[in-house]
Amino acid sequence: MEQGYFHSVTLNTIKCKGCTNCIKYCPTEAIRVRSGKAVIIKERCIDCGVCIRVCPYHAKKAITDSLTAIKDYEYKIALPAPSLYGQFGPSYSRERIVLALKQFGFDYVFEVARAAEIVTNASENYMINKDIKKPVISSACPAVVRFIQIRFPNLIDNLLKIESPMEVAAALSKQEVHEKYGIPYEKMGVFFISPCAAKVTSVKAPYENVKSNVDVVLSIKDIYLPLLDIMKKQGEIIKEPFSLSSAIGVAWAATGGESDAIKEGRRIAVHGIHNVNDILEQAIQGGLDNIDFIEALACPEGCLGGPLTVENPFIAKENLKNEIEKIKKDQAHRVSRTENVDEFVWKSKVEYRPIMKLDDDMMKALEKMQMIDAITEGLYDLDCGACGAPSCRALAEDIVRGIAKETDCIFKLREKVNSIANQLHQIE
Amino acid sequence: MSTIVRDYTIPANDFTIAGEASSSVRKILSQLGVSPDVVKRTSIAMYEAEINAVIHGNGGMAHVEIDKNKIYIRISDEGPGIADLNLAMQEGYSTAPDSIREMGFGAGMGLSNIKKNADVLDIETEINKGTIVNITVFFKRE
Repeated sequence: MEQGYFHSVTLNTIKCKGCTNCIKYCPTEAIRVRSGKAVIIKERCIDCGVCIRVCPYHAKKAITDSLTAIKDYEYKIALPAPSLYGQFGPSYSRERIVLALKQFGFDYVFEVARAAEIVTNASENYMINKDIKKPVISSACPAVVRFIQIRFPNLIDNLLKIESPMEVAAALSKQEVHEKYGIPYEKMGVFFISPCAAKVTSVKAPYENVKSNVDVVLSIKDIYLPLLDIMKKQGEIIKEPFSLSSAIGVAWAATGGESDAIKEGRRIAVHGIHNVNDILEQAIQGGLDNIDFIEALACPEGCLGGPLTVENPFIAKENLKNEIEKIKKDQAHRVSRTENVDEFVWKSKVEYRPIMKLDDDMMKALEKMQMIDAITEGLYDLDCGACGAPSCRALAEDIVRGIAKETDCIFKLREKVNSIANQLHQIE
Repeated sequence: MSTIVRDYTIPANDFTIAGEASSSVRKILSQLGVSPDVVKRTSIAMYEAEINAVIHGNGGMAHVEIDKNKIYIRISDEGPGIADLNLAMQEGYSTAPDSIREMGFGAGMGLSNIKKNADVLDIETEINKGTIVNITVFFKRE
């Protein structure tokens, strides 16, 4: 399957003022301002959502499916990301949230947290293997996987080659529903309730080029109010025999959740795409040989800080902590060790995407690099962004790639205007 | 022939900035389309040499030349020089002070690591004058 370049992150050109906030923060230099509007270079975008967060005009948004998609399927399965539980205050327990999802119209709820526990078990088994490359880098955040594909090809082999909790949940929920109720697979619709744009992209255009088991992606933002309304009307909560996950899976929503769940070795939890970049830089130079596992999440405070969440991530963290404490009191068990871990091992390869390459021909690439050097030399090292590129060097690259011109730099333009003025003066 | 030239200053005793030159070179090589494996070997070799200049050489200079066949890196410092080069090349041999080892550097793997990753390694050293580490990595193995 050709993955193309579908992206969840898109621009609302009416709201965009053409300022320089997004171009400055984008970790892959994927945004330019052209003719007063931001343009996303789709080959480079990793859907991390940084631009959504930094845009003061809310001109960046993530495309998700509409809540009405629930009408398109006969048997509806909801997969709530654990970050959903952090969105509501202390009076809204996980039981209430899960029940509200059913009242909203879902026939079945399969917590992604349950799948996260299975991934934890699979990860522990995976880490035992002596042949794997260390540090193992978590692959649960699709923006980080895409970042590695573009920027850190040497670390592709370090990625944890296990399906994400979302994919595991999707596959298992279908199986479970089929076995329990005999519903045919084609009548099921699997709805992931997502904190982020990157998950949308990984469903619509998976990097492994294998079709996702998720059919619809809803944002936490969109379903938040309907759920809250339902919960306000809920009376006494009768504990339904949901197979709820234990604390380990729920903790995955916050930073440290995934890495703390693995019991062995030296593990670190890194969050925020720029922090992830720094740690990967260190890893590639061989500076992290004493680390066994890196949990790397693109959003600050992990999935709780996802651009499609509602609650402030720090408050959400407190909400989640409460919920985890409650679970720990109720049930100390965790899911039984999965017998067949191989089932969740990646079946295809994640490949290097050399999109930063200047030319396929090395000679030409060298010539282009020299041109870039020469042009950069003539610029002013201000990195002001007024030209629409994130830095002077990025402008020089754009000029050589043929998508910008030197006079896009306002200082170069001023030079040129001055020189024309001088010439005119001499004619007089 | 087209050659890309870069010069970097390696600061003394600053480990946080120390990796910047090799990181910048890694980006250039990726833009030129050099294979990830070669980029990695170059990056590790250069980083180790940079760190050596920081630990032992009181900082120094990195000079890089890239053409279509290879990358040549020269890391030079005006430090104390290496008294016994053969000994220094041995894995685990280190003259780094305890404070540096405490930081996770100076394990005595630097030079052997450079040797492992470089295609050509040539070290010029003179006591009390300094050390020049010459590293070449070819883009295609002969």
